[in-house]
Amino acid sequence: MGGSLLKPVILIGIVYAILKFVVPNIPGSAPLPASLIFLYLMLTTSGIVIFATLSGESKDAFWNPIQRFMTGENIGGLQVLRYGVLLLFPLMVGWQTYSSTATSDAPPSENRTIHPAPPGEYTGLSNPVPKTPDTIQQGKGFYAAFCSPCHGGNFDGKGPAARGFNPPPANFSDPTTIAMLQESYLFWRIKKGGVGLPIEGMPWKSAMPRWEVELPDEWIWKIIMGEYDGAHQAPRTWE
Amino acid sequence: MQQQGGWFQRLLQAGRGHGGMFSALLWAVGLLSLPALAFGADVAPAAATEYRDIPYIGSRNLVWVVAQLHLLLAGFVLGVPIFAWLCEVVAWKTGEKRYDKLAKEFTKLLTSAYATTALFGGILLFLLISFYPKLMNYLTDIFFPSFIVYCLLFLVETMTLYLYWYGWDAMQDGHKKTFHIFLGFMLNFFAFFIMIVPNSWATFQASPVVLAEGSDIARAWAATWNPTWWPVNIHRLIANVVLGGYICGAYAGIRYLSARNAEERDHYDWMGYVGNFIGVFGLLPLPFAGYWLMREIYQYNQQMGITLMGGFLSWLFILQAMLIGVLFLGSNYYFWLGITYRIPGSELKYRKSMLSMLIILLLCLGVWMTPHSLVASLEEARKMGGTHHPLLGVFGVMSAKMTVSNLMILVTFMSFIMYWRAGKEETAGWAKAAKALMSALLVLAGIAVVVLGVWGYFVPAIIRINYFSTSQVMIVLFVMLTITPLTALLLKSAKTTTEMVWGKMPPRAGYALVLNAIMVILLMTLMGYARSSSRVHWHVYGVLRDSSQYAFSPALGYAAGIMALNTFLFCMIVAFIFWVATMSDKAKASHS
Repeated sequence: MGGSLLKPVILIGIVYAILKFVVPNIPGSAPLPASLIFLYLMLTTSGIVIFATLSGESKDAFWNPIQRFMTGENIGGLQVLRYGVLLLFPLMVGWQTYSSTATSDAPPSENRTIHPAPPGEYTGLSNPVPKTPDTIQQGKGFYAAFCSPCHGGNFDGKGPAARGFNPPPANFSDPTTIAMLQESYLFWRIKKGGVGLPIEGMPWKSAMPRWEVELPDEWIWKIIMGEYDGAHQAPRTWE
Repeated sequence: MQQQGGWFQRLLQAGRGHGGMFSALLWAVGLLSLPALAFGADVAPAAATEYRDIPYIGSRNLVWVVAQLHLLLAGFVLGVPIFAWLCEVVAWKTGEKRYDKLAKEFTKLLTSAYATTALFGGILLFLLISFYPKLMNYLTDIFFPSFIVYCLLFLVETMTLYLYWYGWDAMQDGHKKTFHIFLGFMLNFFAFFIMIVPNSWATFQASPVVLAEGSDIARAWAATWNPTWWPVNIHRLIANVVLGGYICGAYAGIRYLSARNAEERDHYDWMGYVGNFIGVFGLLPLPFAGYWLMREIYQYNQQMGITLMGGFLSWLFILQAMLIGVLFLGSNYYFWLGITYRIPGSELKYRKSMLSMLIILLLCLGVWMTPHSLVASLEEARKMGGTHHPLLGVFGVMSAKMTVSNLMILVTFMSFIMYWRAGKEETAGWAKAAKALMSALLVLAGIAVVVLGVWGYFVPAIIRINYFSTSQVMIVLFVMLTITPLTALLLKSAKTTTEMVWGKMPPRAGYALVLNAIMVILLMTLMGYARSSSRVHWHVYGVLRDSSQYAFSPALGYAAGIMALNTFLFCMIVAFIFWVATMSDKAKASHS
C-alpha cells in the first residue's frame, strides 16, 4: 500500500480522535455532534486530496496504490481485502438507504434557531427608560427577583433552577448571546417568553415564562438594563 | 374542448329538427332577460385581478427560474465587457497581441449573449405583469420615470456595443485604437447604469423609501436612493467581474481539456490563467462588499437582518461559506498547480509554503462553516446543553467569520504573489530587505486581524462593526496595496531562472476551473434566494403584503433543487452561446 496512503489514514484518525475525545474534555466544552465532526473530517479529506495531487509524483504516489488495489494484477493477500471492499461497499450503501428510510423511534435531528427574527412591531422600539444608576439598580433588583432563579445571580445561566431545563437558560455573560442583540429584541423575548417564539425557534423547547402577564413594560425595560450591566455586556446599537 | 363542441352542435341540430322551435325559445329568453342588464349595471365592477397562476409549475417557480436566469445572464453580459476591456487595455499598453485576441474572442460572445439576456428580461417582464399585476401596478406608479431612463440606457448601450464589436478590426491603429478603448469604457459605463437602475427596483422591495407626496421624479428618486441600493450596486459590480473571470476560466478549461494540438493547449492554458486571475482579483474584495451590504440590511431593519443571519435563513450562510470555501480552495489549487507545472523545479521550493497555506485555509474554512446553532440529535443536544456548543459556539458569530475571511483573502493573495515570483531571482541590492519587510508585514497583518477578531468579542457590537471589522479590512487592503507594487518593483530587475511553460497543466487544472465557475453560479443562485426570501411575506417590505398562495418561504431543500436547476440551465445557455459564437471560427479553421 505504501506510506503515501498510510499517512492520510493516520491523519484522519488523529483528527477524528481529537474531535471525538480531546475537544469534549477541554474544561467548559461538550461532545461535538456527529454533523460537525463529519464536516471537519470532510475538510481534512479535501485537504489531503488537494495536497496529494499538487504534483505528478505526489499524485501517483497517492493514487497508484489505490488503483493497483482496485484493478491491479498479482496483489497477493490483498486480493481477499479487495473482495471484502467490493462486498462492503454495496452493503454500506444498502445500510445507509435502509437507515434513512426505515421507521425509527428516534426523534429527528434538532436544528433549533437560537435567535429567530423578532416580529415587526418590536423592531423599531428603543428603551424608553432613562439609563441612570438608579434605574439600572432597580432593573438588577427585578432581575434578582424574577430572572436569577434560572439565569443565575452571576448572569451566567447557572441559577439554582437551571439544572432542570434543557436547553438551559441563556448565559448572558457569553459574548455570543445578548451582546449580539438590540434591547428591543430582549424586550420581545422577555415579554412573550418561550411560547411567543416562531416555529424555527421551537417554542415547545423553551420554558421561559411570558412575563407580560406579570410585569409592566417599564419593569421589563429596566430588567434589560440591569442584565446588560450585570453581565458586563452592551446591546447592539447603530450609533 | 372537442366534447364541448360536439355537445353544442348536437343542440343546434336538435333545434333545427324541431322546426326552429328551439331557436325561437332562445330568442324569447334573450329578450326577457334584457331588463337584467339594468340591474347588472348597478353591480360593482369585478375586483382587479391581483395574481394569476399556472398549473403544475406555479407562477412563483416560473418567475424564480426566469428571474434568476435573467440575472445570471445580466451578470455575464456586464461582467464580460469589464473583463474584455481590461484585457484590451493590457494589450494596448503592453503591446501583447494575445490579450487583444482574448478580448475580441470574448466580445464576440456579447452580441448573442446580449440578445439572450434581453430575451429573458422581456419574458420576465411579461410574466411579472401577468402573474403579479397588483405589484407591477404599484412599482410602475413609483418607478415610471426610471423605466424611461432604463429604455434610453438600453438604446445607447446597444449602439455602443455594435460600434465596439463591429469596429474592432477597423479601429486597431493609432487614434482609432484609442477611440476603440474609449468605446469599451463607455460600454462599461452605460452597462453600470443599466445594472444600477433595476437594482433600485429590487432593493426598493427590500428597503423601501416611500414618499406620500411630491412629483413623479421626486418619488422615484427617493425610492431609488434607498438604504441598500449602493451596497447592492457595489456588491453586484464586483460579483460580475468574478463571474466574467471564472466563466472565461471554465471556457478555457473545457477547451484545454479538448485541445487537439500544442498551440491550442498553450493558448487555452494561458486563457485559463487570465480567467482565474481576474476571478480572484474580484473575489478578494467581494467579502468586504458583502459585509457592508449585510450591515446596511441589519441597520435598516433588525427583523430582516436577523432573519438572514440568525433566523431561518442563517443556514444559507453556512452553505455560502462552503461554496466560497471551495472557490478559495479551487483558486489557490489552480495557482499551486501553475507553480508546479508551468515553472518546472519550483514545486520543491514552494511545497512547504503550499502546505502551510492549505492548512491555514482549511482551518479558516472550518471556522467559517461552523454554525451558531448546530444540527444535533436529541441526545447530542442534551449533552451540549442545547444546539449551541459551549466552546465552538464562539465560531458561529460575525467576529469569527470576518477574521477567517480576511485571513483567507490574505493567503490567496500570497498564493498569487508566490506564483508571480516563482522562477525568478531578484537581483536588486535591496531585495533581501524588501522580502523581509513583506514577510514582516504579512505576519503582523495576520496577527492584527486575529487580535482584532478575538477582541471583537469583548467590545460593544457597534465598536466591532464600525471600527474592528473595518480595521481588519483596511489592514488586508494595506498589505495588498503595499506588497503588490513592491513585488512589481522587485521583479522589474529580476532574472528569470526558469521560463514559464504553457500547455503542461494536468487535466485536473481544467476541472478546477470548471468547478470554480459552477461555485460562483451556485453562489449567485443561493444569494438570489436569500435576497428574495429575506422579505418573507412582503412584496415590498412593510408596505405591500404578499397575499397570494405563495406568501411563504420555500424550504431550503426545495430551494436548493431550484438553485441547482437554475445553475444547470444557465450553464447550458452559456454553452450554447459559446457554441454559436465560435461556430464560424471552427468552420474557417477546418477549411484552411
